Amino acid sequence: MAVTGAVLVLYLVAHVVGNLKIFYGAEAFNDYAHWLRHVGEPAVPARTVLTLVEVVLAVSVILHMWSAVTLTRRASKARPVKYAARRKTQASGYAVHTMRYGGVVILLFIIWHLLDLTFATVNPAGPAGLPYDRLVQGFAPERWPVTLFYVVALVMLGLHLRHGVWSAFQTLGLANGRSYRPLKIVAVGLSLVLVLGFLSVPVAIAIGVIK
Amino acid sequence: MNLTLKVWRQKTPDDKGRMVKYLVQDVSPDMSFLEMLDVLNERLILEGDDPIAFDHDCREGICGMCGMVINGVAHGEQRATTTCQLHMRHFEDGATVTIEPWRAAPFPVVKDLVVDRSAFDRIIQAGGFVSVPAGSAPDAHAVPVKKDDADAAFDAATCIGCGACVAACPNGSASLFTAAKITHLGLLPQGQPERDSRAKAMVDQMDLEGFGGCTNTGECTAVCPKGIPLDTIAQMNRDYLKA
Amino acid sequence: MNFTVGEPLIDTKAPEGPIEDRWDKRRFAAKLVNPANKRKLNVIVIGTGLAGGSAAATLGELGYNVTSFCYQDTPRRAHSIAAQGGINAAKNYRGDGDSVHRLFYDTVKGGDFRARESNVYRLAQVSANIIDQAVAQGVPFAREYGGLLDTRSFGGAQVSRTFYARGQTGQQLLLGAYQALERQIAAGTVAMHTRHEMLDLIVADGRARGVIVRDMVTGEIERHLADAVVLASGGYGNVFFLSTNAKGCNTTAIWRAHRRGAMFANPCYTQIHPTCIPVSGEYQSKLTLMSESLRNDGRVWVPLRKGDDRPAGDIPDDERDYYLERIYPAFGNLVPRDIASRAAKNVCDEGRGVGPGGLGVYLDFRDAIGRLGRDAVEQKYGNLFEMYERITGEDPYSQPMRIYPAVHYTMGGLWVDYDLQSTIPGLFVIGEANFSDHGANRLGASALMQGLADGYFVLPTTIGDYLADGPYGEVDEGAVAEAEIAVRGRIARLLSVNGTRTADSYHRELGKLMWDYCGMERTEESLRKALERIPELRAEFWQNVKVSGEADELNQALERAGRVADFFDLAELMCLDALHRTESCGGHFRAESQDADGEALRDDENFAYVAAWQFQPEGGPVLHKEKLDYDYVKMSQRSYK
Ligand SMILES: Cc1cc2nc3c(=O)[nH]c(=O)nc-3n(C[C@H](O)[C@H](O)[C@H](O)COP(=O)(O)OP(=O)(O)OC[C@H]3O[C@@H](n4cnc5c(N)ncnc54)[C@H](O)[C@@H]3O)c2cc1C
Ligand code: HEM
Ligand code: HEM
Ligand code: SF4
Ligand code: F3S
Ligand code: FES
Repeated sequence: MAVTGAVLVLYLVAHVVGNLKIFYGAEAFNDYAHWLRHVGEPAVPARTVLTLVEVVLAVSVILHMWSAVTLTRRASKARPVKYAARRKTQASGYAVHTMRYGGVVILLFIIWHLLDLTFATVNPAGPAGLPYDRLVQGFAPERWPVTLFYVVALVMLGLHLRHGVWSAFQTLGLANGRSYRPLKIVAVGLSLVLVLGFLSVPVAIAIGVIK
Repeated sequence: MNLTLKVWRQKTPDDKGRMVKYLVQDVSPDMSFLEMLDVLNERLILEGDDPIAFDHDCREGICGMCGMVINGVAHGEQRATTTCQLHMRHFEDGATVTIEPWRAAPFPVVKDLVVDRSAFDRIIQAGGFVSVPAGSAPDAHAVPVKKDDADAAFDAATCIGCGACVAACPNGSASLFTAAKITHLGLLPQGQPERDSRAKAMVDQMDLEGFGGCTNTGECTAVCPKGIPLDTIAQMNRDYLKA
Repeated sequence: MNFTVGEPLIDTKAPEGPIEDRWDKRRFAAKLVNPANKRKLNVIVIGTGLAGGSAAATLGELGYNVTSFCYQDTPRRAHSIAAQGGINAAKNYRGDGDSVHRLFYDTVKGGDFRARESNVYRLAQVSANIIDQAVAQGVPFAREYGGLLDTRSFGGAQVSRTFYARGQTGQQLLLGAYQALERQIAAGTVAMHTRHEMLDLIVADGRARGVIVRDMVTGEIERHLADAVVLASGGYGNVFFLSTNAKGCNTTAIWRAHRRGAMFANPCYTQIHPTCIPVSGEYQSKLTLMSESLRNDGRVWVPLRKGDDRPAGDIPDDERDYYLERIYPAFGNLVPRDIASRAAKNVCDEGRGVGPGGLGVYLDFRDAIGRLGRDAVEQKYGNLFEMYERITGEDPYSQPMRIYPAVHYTMGGLWVDYDLQSTIPGLFVIGEANFSDHGANRLGASALMQGLADGYFVLPTTIGDYLADGPYGEVDEGAVAEAEIAVRGRIARLLSVNGTRTADSYHRELGKLMWDYCGMERTEESLRKALERIPELRAEFWQNVKVSGEADELNQALERAGRVADFFDLAELMCLDALHRTESCGGHFRAESQDADGEALRDDENFAYVAAWQFQPEGGPVLHKEKLDYDYVKMSQRSYK
């Protein structure tokens, strides 16, 4: 769980950095997308590195989901009877209790996102469009429901990471009493940066800063 | 003060069980929660009813025998307090109080509020000890122990085995209990030789008993009457991954 | 109740010779059991406290086939878990002049010359091994910055020999024993039965051969047979209803054994602990101890003036009476428990008590906080302060604690010889359940020491001497059936009365009676009253108790009723013992026997003996006297001034 989660987090960090290149203009962004596909050439054939990344990602997502499902099933087996009195959470934090459905929202998001921007089957620019156009057209102001969905999903992602990042350190036994505060700050900080970073692109397009 | 109690009644492990409502009157604020139940039980006995079965012994927060979920919180809402140490002055006159047993599959209900926590003993059996036959120990001063380590080991060792952590954990995990013991022994030089095998055996036994996995929700520490800290779980994970 | 005086009792196992060598001599003389035979020898251990837990673990480790019982849901909850203050050991790690001999001396003197010298000396010798054993098990004793073990001083001693783990020493030591026990359970040498209550002892052909127990979940009555039975069922302080003992503590195991022939020694010796939280109301179900260690830094006082009801903080120093420091300048707040308790009772009787009903004295930490700082005080006593705050709703950092004496420990118990064997061959008794080492008063931090000495070191050696002649063969079916029928009969009888009062209400009344008539101070008149009232109350109990529910289910009303029934019988014997002992000694204070200063006055001429009572179905018990000789400590009037 923690290992796969960490891989995903690392990917997201790289991804957000890439996304932000859009603020340098269409060319920079398209070049970047092109570079992604040709990095390592000619030592390795086109798309090798990208495919590798994709495979690692796919495996991570699948393993991550598999562990999530296993944990959830074990939990419901270990706690078959609910309390009659409404459970008040005694620990601090709302994020903690959104992990599971938050994860599902993120999964749905990823599926949509792939269809939208990678395969572009649901994107107005179509599979033939340049990456930059796909983005700009995908988040065009009149497509606000899509943008809204992105926003919601990203907020869920933020919550997921707010708990997840700290939690991963704990699971790997890398945390201790003294490091809890710093770790929690890092978790909040990282989720905020990622969410804001990701959000900046669709929002910028939706309000017309990027055309 | 007067209270309405909604109490889980279940005659046998196979019985379906249900919530039953009782009115208790003239409760003194200086009574402990269990004394309030004693008073109700005496009344039930005289009425020919079955008194509400609940576990208790020391009544001073150390044996770990008592435990019920009060208004949805294990051992009630007052922090760092066992059910027997909870006093009625923390309740409001006229309040309705819901009382349920620990809920977890590895803690089956025996009767009413009494559950079977023998799974904890089996976790200890798996490795929660230092093997040292009586009479074979070296002089107590042979190995000095850093005060900080001794204090931290003590903090973890104060776990009373009550099971509130399991009752509160949304995953029904026994991680805090298991981690407390692993941390206690793991911090002391005497616990080193068996450290790795202990962590592995105890965690495996915990899984085998049917406890859920920990997703670090922290509900356990929040209700733990002895305030066993979450970093014991990190310590356990560390030792387990190493083993 | 009448009694007759029988033959004197002699401890045939006590070795002769210089006291230092006696334990070695006995160990060497004890027969050994062939290792291959051990597996064929079955031992039953009742109780999993410090005594029973350590004994079962050690016997299992040695290779015997052990079956262990406790009434709680896990062995780790035995009442030893509640011990707070610490455990004594003659380690002399501080170099402050401690030694085996001094611990021996303090214990004999503290017990007011009513304990056996040989036993006490052995206890002091073994004490050092206990600390080694516990540390090796991972018991996290308090340490100093140098990494070595810390110690503190306790009532009745002028050296610092008490090892402790904050205010949870009993818990930590018990967890050590519990872990050792669980290890043996996993290894298959010990079969553990939790939630099982022993209700009778099986005696066949004059030997203890097993027990009848009730499975407290299903109600099933089970028979378990063995070559030897060990009782480690703890003390009987709950005869007073209100005591510092856990709610389940009972006398049933030893009382049933007594009825089957084991003599009961010194039943009247009860210890009243000076520092407990005072009673707050009728509904109160138990009393909570504030560890004696608090007297190290807390100062005990009451207002100088009668009826002074100003808040403690408003009473200036010169209007306070630090009475322990005043009366006992040498020991001050650290006088032994019996003395501190009675002093508190005296000032309250004078009308100077504080709190509701005037039944309390102050234990004040103002000066300690001033001297050491709040943090240091919190470090030492934090959990005790917290416990106090929870129960009373008052903050002991800002206002003094209110304390009052409460029943705490019972020095009496089944009579045992030097081998810890009772008068029934094959029945061994260890821990608080026996009478052996503390005489008429136990020093603080010595019960944990005795329980573990018995369980880890003494019993495992001495029981071998008995088992070496085993296995003892088939158990006579007639004896087993008889015991089982008796148990079933009693349960059926309790359930059939169907009266109008609960067992608890009888227990409360009996307890009050005992506290008033056989408590901190006893007189011939009060004891005679009690002896008249107890049989009446018992008769009423058997005609009017109401026990709901069935025999074959988890039935807590039934459990309690059975225990209360035995408490009635025990209470009667306690009063009889107290009545016959017209001297004052230790925890037994007869108002008729005091010196000019109001201190306990012993009568060594007539009472330097252990009173061992033998049960008889008719005609009252028989008193057997075991004479006590003091060759190493000169008998003297105890003085802590
Ligand atoms: C609050 C408190 C604080 C104390 N503090 C100290 C201290 O600081 N230092 C010190 O030296 N001493 C202290 N003592 C005294 C000391 O704790 C006890 O004397 C000692 O622990 C007794 O141990 P034990 O093994 O004999 O019995 P216990 O620990 O009482 O164990 C009794 C066992 O017998 C079992 N049992 C009882 N009856 C039955 C039955 N009928 N059938 C089956 N099982 C049965 C129980 O389940 C339990 O396992 C304290 C006592 C109290 C009450
Ligand atoms: C595919 C959809 C996803 C699902 C269903 C999902 C589900 C879960 C669940 C159920 C947990 C942990 C259990 C809990 O704490 O309640 C979890 C933890 C975590 N998730 Fe996800 N998640 C998903 C996607 C992601 C993504 C995309 C990332 C990172 C980019 C991520 C990072 C993490 C991390 C770091 C943890 C903490 C791991 C630990 O504590 O060991 N997850 N996830
Ligand atoms: C709003 C913010 C985001 C934008 C603008 C964005 C943009 C893009 C674009 C343009 C691509 C296509 C790249 C290409 O094919 O060249 C892409 C791919 C991808 N994105 Fe995002 N993304 C965002 C958020 C996310 C989030 C939050 C996740 C994960 C939870 C994610 C996961 C992926 C994945 C898995 C791919 C496929 C990568 C591949 O095929 O190699 N994206 N994204
Ligand atoms: S960890 Fe805390 S809650 Fe869990 S069993 Fe131990 S004391 Fe109880
Ligand atoms: S509540 Fe449960 S999820 Fe882990 S942190 Fe505690 S065991
Ligand atoms: S009864 Fe012992 S902890 Fe509550």
